[in-house]
Amino acid sequence: MGSQKDMLDVIVVGAGNAGLVAAISAKHHAARVLLLERSPEWIRGGNSRHTRDIRYPHGAEDPYTAGVYSEEELLDDLLRVGGSRVNMELARLCVRESANVVSWMSEHGVKWQQPLKGTLHLSRTNGFFLGGGKALVNAYFKTAQRMGVEVRYEASVEELIIDGQSVRGVIVERHGERRTLWARAVILASGGFEANVEWLRECWGTAVDNFVVRGTPYNDGRPLAALLRAGAMPVGDPKAAHAVSVDARAPKFDGGIVTRLDSIPFGIVVNKHCQRFYDEGEEIWPKRYAIWGGLIAEQPDQIAYSIFDSRMLGEFLPSLYRPFQAQTFPELAAALGLDAEALTATLEEYNRHVSREGSFNPAILDNCSTRGLDPPKTHWAMPIEVPPFYGYPLRPGITFTYLGLAVDETTRVQMRAGAPFANLYAAGEIMSGNILTRGYLGGFGLTIGTVFGRIAGKEAAKHAAR
Amino acid sequence: MPPDDLVEKAIWQLEVCNACRYCEGYCAVFPAMERRQRLTEPDVYYLANLCHDCRPCYYACMYAPPHEFAVNIPQTFSEVRRRTYSRYALPGGFTGLTGTNFRLLAMVAALSLLFFGAVVALTSDPAGIFSVHDGPGAFEEVIPYAAMFLPAVLMALYAVVAIVIGVVRFWGETRGPLRDLFDLRALVGAGADALTVRFMQGGEDNGCYYPGEGASKSRWLLHLLVFWGFIFAFIATSIAFVYQDILGTPAPYPILSLPVMFGSVGGIGMIVGATGLVYLKWRSDPAPSDQVSAAMDYSFLAVLDLAAITGMLLLGLRGTPAMGSLLIIHLAMVFALFVTAPYGKLAHFVYRYLALVQNRIEARQQP
Repeated sequence: MGSQKDMLDVIVVGAGNAGLVAAISAKHHAARVLLLERSPEWIRGGNSRHTRDIRYPHGAEDPYTAGVYSEEELLDDLLRVGGSRVNMELARLCVRESANVVSWMSEHGVKWQQPLKGTLHLSRTNGFFLGGGKALVNAYFKTAQRMGVEVRYEASVEELIIDGQSVRGVIVERHGERRTLWARAVILASGGFEANVEWLRECWGTAVDNFVVRGTPYNDGRPLAALLRAGAMPVGDPKAAHAVSVDARAPKFDGGIVTRLDSIPFGIVVNKHCQRFYDEGEEIWPKRYAIWGGLIAEQPDQIAYSIFDSRMLGEFLPSLYRPFQAQTFPELAAALGLDAEALTATLEEYNRHVSREGSFNPAILDNCSTRGLDPPKTHWAMPIEVPPFYGYPLRPGITFTYLGLAVDETTRVQMRAGAPFANLYAAGEIMSGNILTRGYLGGFGLTIGTVFGRIAGKEAAKHAAR
Repeated sequence: MPPDDLVEKAIWQLEVCNACRYCEGYCAVFPAMERRQRLTEPDVYYLANLCHDCRPCYYACMYAPPHEFAVNIPQTFSEVRRRTYSRYALPGGFTGLTGTNFRLLAMVAALSLLFFGAVVALTSDPAGIFSVHDGPGAFEEVIPYAAMFLPAVLMALYAVVAIVIGVVRFWGETRGPLRDLFDLRALVGAGADALTVRFMQGGEDNGCYYPGEGASKSRWLLHLLVFWGFIFAFIATSIAFVYQDILGTPAPYPILSLPVMFGSVGGIGMIVGATGLVYLKWRSDPAPSDQVSAAMDYSFLAVLDLAAITGMLLLGLRGTPAMGSLLIIHLAMVFALFVTAPYGKLAHFVYRYLALVQNRIEARQQP
């Protein structure tokens, strides 16, 4: 390897969902496909290993979901969260092409579980694959390798060799050695830069040192940076990231789903000065889930505390860590490392303003609210008065970044000069900013990865065959 | 970080599972766990015995080692099951020996061999072992019937008492009042789960991830052979008991008699199943295994296999001079299996069945 004679047909950079789908799709049409994965084998699969479900339209009842979900409804949901900056052509293409993702996935080894009992409010719109994202990734690796896709782990793509409007190959660092690999077409499926703390610091300052990165430590966005340096057109807010509230005791990287906390609407949230700062009862899942990461990021030292009483324990899914517990407000403050007087004052003030008139119902936006309190709590406002009292420390947990590469409908990467690259394609999170420049739609990241991974694989293989 | 104590370690790992829940489609363990907000020590024993070690959860787990959460449910539950057998069965004198259970089994097998050898030496002409015996009562010419029958009855009584005590204690701790156990629907449902080894079929997947990653039905089929082989051998023994002690017809019986037909089918099932399981275990991925449990399984399968092989050889060679020695070895192996039954691998079906009964009750009350 290393000389132009060892020309590969297609190199795929990144072995998450999009990269695996692209490699499989390319292999259906091309002879030599190489898949480069930045991580060691045990933690392969990028952030796809933390996923669980995929959103797709289904006009009729099917065995994987609990009801009908039309293409129009999916498009509406997309526009509702993404606002006016959605690339409508790509969004329509994605919705249309996603109608058959489930059968494609099944044909390539993915297994499914029965629709959930509704705990996540996604059982109608999303299909849940058996065992979650790591099982999905394992199934795709197995299929890809059986088909003859070559896979190399711990292979970090540092640069792309660009010649005018074409890419000739990639420079890979592996086990301390740099090599050039030549290919007729290259597909980038290497995700965002949510694990690159230095890059994040450019956007958020030193606050990021208090953030938790929910996924793999290997998504440092090197290929994305290399392409932007080489003149690719960026898309999506360069400083935006999707962040949720996670337990402050979570590991810095790769804590995944188990560190997220759903306790917020069942009590109050205070910052390190024991002050409330936002309406904890504003919205129902999943919207509230998506805003709290950003809210906590704006607080001093990027930390907050969710506090509730014994009546609310059991209203939300358990998380990995147990809550701090105490019989009185001052003892709880001590357990959480907060000022006892300030916390007691905030809790007593809140309790005084709870109207105590509505009937509590966590399944809907109920009529339990505060009166004359700023900020108000507009739903699920119950007094915190039955000990023991509980508290969870919260930090922002970054899920993904929005900055990506602009692509056309064949997933070719656009150059700032206007035209697209002739043989450089992108799929997955690295181009999802073309469709969602902000907001979040559960399970749609995998839809984008699967649809555009399939297109990129086919187009790259077609180009290589020319 | 995961703690060192086994039960605390299991609870910590299950709390990771309960906050994740991605594996709930694989088997009954995860839905059972989800019915509990916080887990207690008896819950751990219950869930570990509900687990059939089918392993897709290990390969699907993003928190499996070397991730710092180090979640390895199949391995941890194997360790917990191993502790279950000594914790609940009485007398608890062997508690300290469970870690070396395979040595206990080997020791008991050797002692039994000595015992039957001594019986022969003391009661008859030792040279008679190597001569040909034929016709009704041939076995008794080698070993007096009382020397076969009395130890068997004593040992069976002891095993039954020890297991019943284990049942009462396990149920009391993991479920509660004994009257809950007399739930006909649950008993029958769990019986069907057990007789078909339902949870080795892989639920919504297609079998166990055994010997390695990827669903396979081979472990389920081999386990069925051993299980049903064992049941057939048990039926054969019971019929022979009726023939011998009630109808007064002494063994050996003709080829086309009920004891020989049941015994042959059962013996062949056990030989194929136990040999196959040893092979699968030898090929299996060590990462989700507990090495001590694996050693215990090997020794159990080996003794079971030897008991079945000598039983079949006894049938084929009973007209030859080899019969005497084969009979002694066969009796010793069967004896060893039953002496260690309450503490060894054989006990797994008792606690597994109780866990299946509780699972049926819970699933009905809280689907």
